[in-house]
Amino acid sequence: MTARIDITLTVNGERVTRSVEPRRHLIDFLRLDLGLTGSHAGCEHGVCGACTVRVDGEIVRGCLVLAVSLDGAEVTTIEGLSDSGEVEDLQAAFVARNAAQCGFCTPGMVMAAADILRHHPEADRAAIREHLSGNYCRCTGYQAIVDAVEATLEARR
Amino acid sequence: MNDMPTPESIGLSREDLPNSYIGRSVPRPNVPKLVQGRATYTDDVQLPRLVHAAFLRSPHAHARIARIDAAAAMQVPGVVRVFTGADLAKVCDPWVATLDHLKGMKSAPQYPLPLERATWQGEPVVAVVADSRAAAEDGVAALLVEFEPLPAQLDMETALAPGAVVIHPQLGDNLVFTRTAEKGDVAAAMAAAHKVVEATFVTGRHTGVTLEPRSIIADYNRAEGTLTVHHSTQAPHMMQGVFAKQLRLEDGQVRVICKDVGGSFGIKVHVYPDEVAVAAMARILGRPVKFVADRFESFVSDIHARDHRIKGRIAVDADGKILAFDIDDLTGIGPYSVYPRTSAIEGNQVVNLCGGPYDFANYRCTTTVVLQNKTPTCQYRAVGHPIATAVTEGLVDLAAEALGMDPIEIRRRNLIRDDAYPYTSPPGMRFEGLSHHAALDKLLQMVPVDRIRADQAEQRKRGVHRGLGFASFIELTNPSPFMYGIGGARISAQDGATVRMDPDGSVVVMSGVTEQGQGTEGILRQIVAHGVGVPVERVKVITGDTQTTPYGGGTWACRGAGIGGEAALQSAIALKQQILVVAGAMLQAAPDSLDIVMGQVVDRDTGRERMPLAELGRIVYYRGDTLPKDLPRELVQTRHFITKEYPFAFTNGIQASWVEVDTETGMVKLLEHWCVEDCGRVVNPLLVDEQVRGGIVQGLGGALYEHCVYDEQGNLLTTTMADYLVPMSAEMPDMHVGHVETPTKESLLGAKGAGEAGTAGAPAALMNAINDALRPLGARVTEQPFTPARILAALSRI
Repeated sequence: MTARIDITLTVNGERVTRSVEPRRHLIDFLRLDLGLTGSHAGCEHGVCGACTVRVDGEIVRGCLVLAVSLDGAEVTTIEGLSDSGEVEDLQAAFVARNAAQCGFCTPGMVMAAADILRHHPEADRAAIREHLSGNYCRCTGYQAIVDAVEATLEARR
Repeated sequence: MNDMPTPESIGLSREDLPNSYIGRSVPRPNVPKLVQGRATYTDDVQLPRLVHAAFLRSPHAHARIARIDAAAAMQVPGVVRVFTGADLAKVCDPWVATLDHLKGMKSAPQYPLPLERATWQGEPVVAVVADSRAAAEDGVAALLVEFEPLPAQLDMETALAPGAVVIHPQLGDNLVFTRTAEKGDVAAAMAAAHKVVEATFVTGRHTGVTLEPRSIIADYNRAEGTLTVHHSTQAPHMMQGVFAKQLRLEDGQVRVICKDVGGSFGIKVHVYPDEVAVAAMARILGRPVKFVADRFESFVSDIHARDHRIKGRIAVDADGKILAFDIDDLTGIGPYSVYPRTSAIEGNQVVNLCGGPYDFANYRCTTTVVLQNKTPTCQYRAVGHPIATAVTEGLVDLAAEALGMDPIEIRRRNLIRDDAYPYTSPPGMRFEGLSHHAALDKLLQMVPVDRIRADQAEQRKRGVHRGLGFASFIELTNPSPFMYGIGGARISAQDGATVRMDPDGSVVVMSGVTEQGQGTEGILRQIVAHGVGVPVERVKVITGDTQTTPYGGGTWACRGAGIGGEAALQSAIALKQQILVVAGAMLQAAPDSLDIVMGQVVDRDTGRERMPLAELGRIVYYRGDTLPKDLPRELVQTRHFITKEYPFAFTNGIQASWVEVDTETGMVKLLEHWCVEDCGRVVNPLLVDEQVRGGIVQGLGGALYEHCVYDEQGNLLTTTMADYLVPMSAEMPDMHVGHVETPTKESLLGAKGAGEAGTAGAPAALMNAINDALRPLGARVTEQPFTPARILAALSRI
C-alpha cells in the first residue's frame, strides 16, 4: 500500500478534506469515508451505472474514478441532488409511476435522468432509452422509468 | 357482525368507495426513499467492532486442497484472522440438500468451506477477516494455497456415462434425481398420429444478477448468546432456522433482520456457503463480520439456473388436436444440490409443467438431474417455467407448421376450455380455475394481427424479415407445503400478519412476507387500509425482522400477495371488528350498525360520522377506566393463512412477441411485446403491470443475451457485466400488459401470484417470433440464448 494523499473537494456543497489511499475509488470514498450510502457499487466495471454521480457538472461512474484525482472538484450525489430540489418533479414522477422496484439502481438512474433534463430537454422516448442504457435495472421493464422521464420532460416544456 | 365476510361485503369489486384500495393503482410508500438514495441496504449498515470478510476462491473446477499457508496473510496490516474449512467445521455442521418427496434424490454434505476438495471454480475455500474489505482482499492475495487439479466433469451429457468423473465418490455416481411422469399411451398415440414432429431445445445457463450483490452481516453477542444477522434475503425466518441449526443454536437465539433488498429473483432464497461461513466466523470471533459479494463473486457463486437440454416430440391429428407430448429433459446442477430447496425442483417443474395450457391425453416426461463441476444451480425466477413453456410452445408451433395451420388456430383448438375447471393435467397438476381462451381473446384485441401480418408480407418483399410469435403458459403460485414442507424442509408455506391500532388511530401491520421491490409493503398497506377502513397514509408496514414479525415463509414462488396479503386482510378485518365492538360500547350502538370509513367510525347505513379512531384510541389506551370492565379491547389482531384445497394456485396467460431479424448480422430487434395474464384479483395494477414487464425483460434477457459461458477447463468466462450481458433500456421494446381476473376461491382476497408470469412466457414467445421470421428462409433456432452467431449458423451464413 502507498501513502495516503490529502484531498480537499466540495461534496454536495460542503467542503471536505480527507486522506485517502491512492487506490480508493470515488464510490468507496463517498460510501465509506463520507457515509453517503445513496450511491451504490453494482458492477465495479463501469457498466451498470448504479454508482453514477455528478463531478464538475458531468455524470461519471463512481467506480471508475479515483478519489485522489478529485482534489478541488465539485461532486454531487443523489443525497445532494435530492436536497437541492433540482429533480423533485422527476422523483415525484418516479413515485407516481412505480419507476423503481428494489431501488438499488434508482439513485444512479435519477442522476442519469437528471442529466437528460439538463442537457437534452427535447429527448424523445428513443433518446431517453438510449441515454439510460448505461444504467441497468433488473426489476422494472424500463418502461415505467422511460415514462417518468418523458412525463417530466413534457411537463417542463 | 359475525357473518363471514365475502369479497362483495368488503367491497372488493367496488372502486367507488373511499376505502376501496384493493384494485387501485396506489403509489408505493417506500419509493420516495429509493429515489432519494435514503434506503438502507445491508451494506449500508455499520456496527461497532465490525470486521470484513473476503474469500479465496478456487481457481480450478475440481482440485484437491493440498496446503493452506496463512502466515504471510496474517502479516498484512489490518488482517484479524484466517479461517479454513477445518476451522469452521468446529462450530458449523454441514448440510445435505435433498427433499424426501423427490424419491431417490441424493446429494453430498456441503460445508461452509470445503475440507478436502474444491468442486467448482469460484467455490470459497479460505476466508480472511480484516478491519476493512480492502485489507481482507490484501490478505487473500497473500495467502499461499496449493491446489492439485483433478479431472473435472463439465458436460452434463456425459455425467452418467462410463468414465465420468464421479464428483462425490460416496454417492456412487453423478445422478442426483430422475423422475418420469406418464399418462395414457404415448407410443400408441405417436403411432396413430397424423403428424409427429420433434426438436431438441437448449436453455442457456444464466443467473439472476441482482444489482445489489448478496450481502450479510453476522454478529454474535457472547454475553447474550445471540446471533443477529443483517441479511439481504427473501426468507428471514427460513434463514433464522438455518443459522440456528448449522451453528448448533436454538432458533430463539438467532435474529435475522432484512432491511432494503436490492433485487432477489430467487437468488437470495438459498443457503450459500460463504454466508454461512460469515455467521460461523462471527460465532467464533464474537464480533460482527460483514461480507458483500463483489460482481466477480456474484457471477461465480450466486446460483445459476436453466442449464437444460430437452428433446421433445409432439403428436397431432389432422385437425390439429394435440394427441401426445413426449419429453426428455437433462439438466446439470453443479457439484451440490443447493440447500434447502434443492436443485432437483427445476427439473421436476419441467415434468410438472410441460404441455400445461393444453387439453391432451397422453404424456411422458422424464427429467434427469446430474452433477457437474460448475457453479451450483437452483431456483431462479419462474423456476422451470420458461423451459417448459419454450419446449411446449416450440413444439406446438412446429406442429402448426407441419399442418399448415395458423399458430393462433392450433392454440384455440387445444387450450383447456375456460369452463373445464377444476381440471387435472396429465402430470397431475390440479387447476382450480384458468382462463386461457379469455386471455387469448383479450390478447387478440391488443395485438393488431392483421396489420402485423400485412406489414410482415410487405417487409419480406424488401428483404426485411419480421416475425410474430405466441406463447401460452401456466404459472405455479401460492405454494402449499406440497412444494417443500412435505419433503422435510423447514420452509413455511403459511404466513402471518399482525395488525394493531395505536392511540392516534394509526395502524401498523407486521408481516412475515418480505419486500425486495415487488411492492409487498405497498400492497399490504392497501389491503390493511381497506380492511380496517383507514386512509393508506395511516398504515405503516413492518417486514423483514424475525424478532417482530409473525413467522412466515417470506417472498418467493409468487406468494407475497396471495398468502401474505390474505393473512393481512384477515387480520385487518379482525381488528376492524374489535374496534367496532369498542366503538359500540362507547356510542351505545350495536357494533354491526357501525362501520369504519377513512379513519372515522360511522353509522353503517347513513355514513354519518360518529367518532374518529384517534378518539377511540385515546379512550382505550389512556382512559380504559371509562369503558365497561368486561369489554374486550385488544386492538392487536394476528391471523395466519395457508392454502388448503389446492397444492398450488395456478395462473395462466399468453404473450406475443414481434421482432425483426437482421439476416446479415444475426441481430434480433424487439419491436413490440404483449402479455395478458390472470393472477386472480389484481391488488394494484400499477405494480402488477411493471412487475410483469420486468419479468418479460428477464425472460428476454435469458433468451437473447444472458449466458454463463465456460471454457473447457470449467472456468467461467462471463464474470463481469461487460461480458455477461443483461437487457438495456434501448434494446427493450414497449410492452403492453392486459389482465383477466379469475380470483382464487381459496381466499377472501382472491389474489394469485404475478411476479413470474412475464419470465415464464417471454423466451418462448420470442423464439416463436424469431422462427416465424426465419421460416421462409428455411432456418430455425431452438438453442438459447439466440445470439447472432446461432442465428447466422441457422441461416448457414457462418
